[in-house]
Amino acid sequence: MTDVQLVELTVNGERHELVIPPRRTLADVLRHDLGLTGTHIGCEHGICGACTVLVDGEPARACLLFAVQVENAAIGTVESLSAPDGELSDLQRCFGEHHGLQCGFCTPGFLMLAEGFLAEEPDPTREEIREVVASNLCRCTGYETIVDAIGDCASRRRAALQGVLDTAAGTPDPTLESTP
Amino acid sequence: MGEPSLRGDGAWVGASVPRREDPRLLTGRGRFVDDITLPRMLHAAFVRSTEAHALLTSVDLTEVRGVSGVVAAFDAADLDLGDITALLDRPAEEFTPTSMPVLARDKVRFVGEPVAVVLATDPYAAEDGVEAALVDYEPLDPVVTEAAALAAAGPPVHEEAPGNVLVDVSLFATEGIDAIFSGAHTVVTVEARTGRQNALPLETRGVVADWDDRDEQLVVRTCTQVPHQVRTVLARCVGLDERQVRVTVPDMGGGFGQKCVVGREEIAAAAAARVLRRPVKWIEDRREALTASFLAREQHYTARAAFSAEGEILALDADVVCDMGAYSCYPFTAGIEPLMASAEMPGVYRVPAYRVRGRAVTTNKAPTAPYRGVSRPQYVMVMERLMERAARSLGIDALDVRRRNLITEFPYRGVNNITYDPGSYLESLNLCEQVLREEGWPGRTPDDGRILGIGYACFSERTGYGSGAFAQRKMQVVPGFDLSQITMDLDGTVSVTTGTLSHGQSHETTFAQIVADRLGIGYDKVKVVQGDTDRITYGWGSFASRSVTIGGSAAAAAAVKLGDQLCALAAHLADADVESAALDGRGGVRVGDRTFPFAELADVAYLRSHLLPKDVGPGLTATASFDVGGDGTFSNATHGCVVALDPGTGGVEILRYVCVEDCGVAIHPRVVEGQARGGIAQGIAGALFEQVTYDELGQPLAPSFMEYKVPTAAEIPDVRIEHLETPCAFTANGAKGAGEGGTIGAPAAVLNAVNDALRHTGVELDHTPITRSTIHSALNRTADTDRPAEALQEAR
Repeated sequence: MTDVQLVELTVNGERHELVIPPRRTLADVLRHDLGLTGTHIGCEHGICGACTVLVDGEPARACLLFAVQVENAAIGTVESLSAPDGELSDLQRCFGEHHGLQCGFCTPGFLMLAEGFLAEEPDPTREEIREVVASNLCRCTGYETIVDAIGDCASRRRAALQGVLDTAAGTPDPTLESTP
Repeated sequence: MGEPSLRGDGAWVGASVPRREDPRLLTGRGRFVDDITLPRMLHAAFVRSTEAHALLTSVDLTEVRGVSGVVAAFDAADLDLGDITALLDRPAEEFTPTSMPVLARDKVRFVGEPVAVVLATDPYAAEDGVEAALVDYEPLDPVVTEAAALAAAGPPVHEEAPGNVLVDVSLFATEGIDAIFSGAHTVVTVEARTGRQNALPLETRGVVADWDDRDEQLVVRTCTQVPHQVRTVLARCVGLDERQVRVTVPDMGGGFGQKCVVGREEIAAAAAARVLRRPVKWIEDRREALTASFLAREQHYTARAAFSAEGEILALDADVVCDMGAYSCYPFTAGIEPLMASAEMPGVYRVPAYRVRGRAVTTNKAPTAPYRGVSRPQYVMVMERLMERAARSLGIDALDVRRRNLITEFPYRGVNNITYDPGSYLESLNLCEQVLREEGWPGRTPDDGRILGIGYACFSERTGYGSGAFAQRKMQVVPGFDLSQITMDLDGTVSVTTGTLSHGQSHETTFAQIVADRLGIGYDKVKVVQGDTDRITYGWGSFASRSVTIGGSAAAAAAVKLGDQLCALAAHLADADVESAALDGRGGVRVGDRTFPFAELADVAYLRSHLLPKDVGPGLTATASFDVGGDGTFSNATHGCVVALDPGTGGVEILRYVCVEDCGVAIHPRVVEGQARGGIAQGIAGALFEQVTYDELGQPLAPSFMEYKVPTAAEIPDVRIEHLETPCAFTANGAKGAGEGGTIGAPAAVLNAVNDALRHTGVELDHTPITRSTIHSALNRTADTDRPAEALQEAR
């Protein structure tokens, strides 16, 4: 029998102990050992990005990592995005509203890619978004609506943040001022 | 009530409502085939041929069976399965029947052909097992190109076809066509080759099969566009009754035609599950998908068109050779590409005389399946090149040449014996030109040294092929109709079955909209049931943009029948004439001044059936089918494309892409736009990027995404979409198909734009994919004036 190894993984904030062969990829462990099948496998050579997850906040290809390599990292998958009751996150809602998915197979990878990107760059230009979206493959949408969705989500997050800052600074709400 | 109305006037059709599919797909809670795990499940991997053409002298799996984790390994003799055979009802001179064994027997015909299947406790062990297989070959000269196939100098790919030709049809041949050509003012010729492509659903093929003792059934969960056809072939190959096979389809990560044929691996995995009495999963890896699945689009056209001095097309003469690879696909056969091209090449133009020869040749390459658009991206490209060449030759504006020839009066009976229903061919061209003009593209010169070009493509997309249309192709298995059953439950919600199968096209949403309008209920009250041969009467799946046109019409008709039942029941309860009852559009039936909510009627139909009329049975269910008796319904579009060529690198950037499309009434406009955008991306991929290539021995040269260049967001432009609406007269809601148009128009529009930018060089390109080196050579031709344009085209 193949050698096995005890591995501790932190996925979506939950700690797991696994006994797995060292050659087992993170993608296979997430999908088949932990039952987190939202992470998809499209090429197993790091090009398509359907398996993109967050490793310590950075988008990474789960098909190119062995699970044993990420023992001390915080791993985030698509299953972490929505609320426990299934309520969609702002990013997920934007993908739906802009028709940024059709078959949905590449979608978890794009969501995690965007999640990692927007955390680092909250105010991206459309060209910057397009460049990041070019990291992954989608065969259905032609990409435009994915770019739209990510841009819209960034705008909404900035607006929400501005609202919080304005309230904290005691800035008068302009909508109140304009009310007759 | 009665037949489906031409235009749904309800609230749902025409609205871009939130997709029913989205929540599960956005949260990672969809269920794709590889997400399914069953107790004691084994994993299959295939020993595949390393030779393109060879006699199989021995398959030794002894070592395989000793590999840790391997439970079993089977070759063709072990499983002893029937072959997959697709037939045309055509005479021997037009069609040569061949068969595709599930596992190779005696001979291999392409690199990657499955020779044996290994079953192991995990997929890693299964791959270890594959590496331990010992297969001996006696190599034969491989037939790798169309030229080699037609030369037929060596051993043929199939003994039954010594000339390597599986289909050879000569059609139409309008009387006097040769005289028209000899007397014409101008004759232009286009010779075009189009690269072999992979439809490339991002989810590769896969299956989970197990034998269920309780149901006495082989239950096969597979990602297919055609579940009933998989059932039929599997039952025949394995030797089971149809009822002993249940095919279900989970969520699917695209198909684009590659999954609308029956694959041999899904049969082999299911057969192994039956033999071993354990669940078996097979998930194709990307290398297999790129080299050993079904491919498409490798075609060669030699076309001539005769024109009058005024630019009127007088005749078209075409020779089409399609390289179908090693095998004929089920149910379409190797005729799928040449028969489509031959039947429909005149397209949107009034062509008074037509002659075509269409051939399918077989080669030692992975076989061909339909791929989104099927031949139409290719012949539209050739027709549009003919128009452009005629315009240059005659000194007439290329759009004016098109305007002189576009069909404008409908219904139009073509020289190809097809009747075109109304469309907006001229209007879409005019609007597309207007949009690009208003955006200021014509005459613009970039200041970075790049050269701008604008290209157009006018085309139609025949959709809603009924049984009559497929019968014309002389397929022995004739797709066409679709059938829906609708059932109302106690609470007034409904489930509706469809034989079509969504794999990204949003049918759970659009079919629900169609049905909701017929009954006057919310689209969230309609559950669409698809992809289960035990729950759905024989259907034909989703391909050829048939789902909303045919499946949607069947669903609408079933809903109308159910509505009639509800009205009759309410009238009975109110002791009134049925004519006085009508759906109230709010989930009930109005009879005079009384309203019966559906739940109240369902309550009677199920829980208080003693109140039913004597001649009415319990329950609320209705079935309806729909077929297209005529030649289908034609969507149409014009695409306009602006490119910039870089003289330094030969690179092409698409600066603008405009699509003016008409698919009749859009059930869900945003879904239609999504189909157009995604289709255009695939068309651009074929025009500029993707090509499946082989070396002279038939070894695949593009086995990964490093070599097979799928365009990303960096290459695919934003697309401006404008809608025109010419409703279909005979489908529910007036919808026409919208699945393929984007892919059909894009290669021609891109190629014409590149040629426009190359105008000053005198080079005209007719082949795809257009490579950087071709463009670079063309743009730098002044330094290399000895090379003829034709040689440049071949320098790919």
